Amino acid sequence: MRTVTELAGTGGPRGIFDELSKREVRRAALTAVAVPGYQVPFGSREMPVARGWGSGGLQVTLALVGPGDRLKVIDQGEDGGVNAANLRRLVVGHVGCEEETDTRRATLIQSRHRIPETPLRADQTLVLQVPVPEPLRAVEHDVREQRRMHAQEDYARMWVGLYEDLVRNGVVTKSAGYPCMVNGRYLISPTPIPRFDVPKLDQAEHLTLFGAGREKRIYAVPPHTRVEPLVFEDVPFEVEHTPGAACRHCGATASYLVEVPSMDGAVAWVCSDTDFCTRNREVR
Amino acid sequence: MSWALKVDGLGRVYGEQGPRSLPGTGPEHGTSVSPATGAVVAAWDVGFEVAPGEALGIVGESGSGKSTVMRCVAGDERPSRGSAYLSAYDDGRTDVLALDDGARRRLRIDRVAVVYQDPAAGLDLDTSAGGNIAERLTAAGGRHFGRIRERAAELLELTEVPLSRMDDPVRTFSGGMRQRVQIAKALANRPPVLLLDEPTTGLDASVAAGVLDLLRNLLERLGVAAVVVSHDFGVIEMLTRRVMVMQHGRVVETGLTDQLLEDPQHPYSQRLVAAARG
Repeated sequence: MRTVTELAGTGGPRGIFDELSKREVRRAALTAVAVPGYQVPFGSREMPVARGWGSGGLQVTLALVGPGDRLKVIDQGEDGGVNAANLRRLVVGHVGCEEETDTRRATLIQSRHRIPETPLRADQTLVLQVPVPEPLRAVEHDVREQRRMHAQEDYARMWVGLYEDLVRNGVVTKSAGYPCMVNGRYLISPTPIPRFDVPKLDQAEHLTLFGAGREKRIYAVPPHTRVEPLVFEDVPFEVEHTPGAACRHCGATASYLVEVPSMDGAVAWVCSDTDFCTRNREVR
Repeated sequence: MSWALKVDGLGRVYGEQGPRSLPGTGPEHGTSVSPATGAVVAAWDVGFEVAPGEALGIVGESGSGKSTVMRCVAGDERPSRGSAYLSAYDDGRTDVLALDDGARRRLRIDRVAVVYQDPAAGLDLDTSAGGNIAERLTAAGGRHFGRIRERAAELLELTEVPLSRMDDPVRTFSGGMRQRVQIAKALANRPPVLLLDEPTTGLDASVAAGVLDLLRNLLERLGVAAVVVSHDFGVIEMLTRRVMVMQHGRVVETGLTDQLLEDPQHPYSQRLVAAARG
C-alpha cells in the first residue's frame, strides 16, 4: 500500500501558500494602501487554520514575510497564547524567519485584538486578523446597499445607530471594533481592537494591514493617515479606563488592563500586553 | 426666476422606449398601453412650475401616472425623457434628472423632501422618532448630539407629536402619528421643495382631517413649494391653489383649484369632481 504522500509525488508546489496567491494578496494590499480604508476583495485561500481563526491575517503575513524578518504574533496582547504560538511556529517553520516577542525588535507583527503598547516605528508592519470587516453590517444587511453606502459616503445611518445608543443607554456602548473614518473618506471597523487602541492608528508611523479571511477582504491604514472615531462633537470619545486599577505584576496604570478573577472575590488587574509588562518589570 | 421647481416634458415609458410606443395611447384612446409594442406609457409630456409658498395638486385615478411623475421628480426612478430644475440647485441651471445616483440622493437631504403614503417607505420603523429625524440631520452634516436632539424636538412639536414619545420606536406609533413623524423628518433640513404622495390616504377620516389641517398650516407658514399628489379632490381642494388633472399618463386639464372644481371643462375632470362632490 502506498501513502498519500507517495501518490502525490515530489513535484508541484510545497508549503502552505503558493507564489501566485501571495502575489494576489500583495496586489490587494497595495490597492488597500492606495485607497485607505477601502475594503479590497481577494480570493482568500484555504489555510491550515479555519476561516475566522486568523486565516486572513495569516495570508497577509505569509505574503509579506521573508527569511530576514523577525515575526511576533500576539493574541489579546499575549505572545504565549495557544493560537498566537501556533501561528508563529507555523510561519517560522514555513519561511525560516526568526521568532520574536520583543515588540521593539519585531519587523512584522500579527495580532488579534490588540495593538502593542510600545509605539511602532516606520520600519515595522502590523497585520490584524479581522473577523467582521464590514462596519455597516450593524445597520444594513444587504451587501449591495452596503457597497452603495460606501461608494456614496452615505454614513448617516451609522450616526443614527450612535444616536440611538446614546438615547437608550446614555453612553456609546460599542467598545471593540469602534467605527472610524479613515482619511476622511471610508468608514472602517478596526477589527475587535478595544477603543483603547483606536488612537494608536491615527497618524501612526507604521503601516497597518487588516486581513479578513472568511469575508475575503483586505484593507489598510497607511502611515500618517487620519483615523477618526465616529463621535458627536458634544459627546467626547472615551477609552476604557478603571480608576485606581494598576497591573498586579508591573504596576502600570496607563496600559490596557484586563481583569483577573480570583477565588476570594478580590479584583486584580494585569497588563494585556505581556511583552510590555515583562519589560516594565525589568525596569522596576 | 419665480419658480422653485420646474418640470419640462417629463415622460416615463415601461417597455420599448422608441416612438413606436406612443401612438394609440392617451385619454383620447382610453388607454396607456401601446397597441403596437405593449409598452406602458405611464406619463408623457408632463410639465409644470411651482413657486415658493405655492402648492400644486396632481389629481387623477389609479394608473393615471400621477405617482410616476412624483417618483421621477423625487429621484426614486429615472424618467424616459424630460428635465427638472430646482432653483436651489445651481440656480436652476442644471437638469437634476440627469445627475448621477449619488448626486440625486444628496438632493433628497436638504433640497427635495418626500412624504409617502406609507410611513414605512419614509421611516425606519425600528428607530425612534428622534432617530429618524437625526438621520436627515446627520446626513446634512449635523454632528452635535445636543443640537440634533433640540432640532428633533422642535420638529416633533411643529408636527404635533407628543415629546414624551420622541425616544420610542416608530413601530409603536399609530398610523396618524407615524405620518406626522414622516412629515417632521421631511422638513428636518428646511427643504425648499416638498413632494406629498397621497399623504392622508390610508388614514381614517378624523385622523386624516387632523393631518390635512397640519399640512395646510405648515404649507402656509413655511413657504415651501409643494406638489400634492392625490386621487381625492377633497385633499387637493384643502391644500392647493392650482391643480393638474391626469388621465392615462397625460395632463388633460390645468387650472385654479376652486375654478376647476366649480367649472370643470374636460369630461374626465367633470367625472372626478362629480365623484368628489358625491
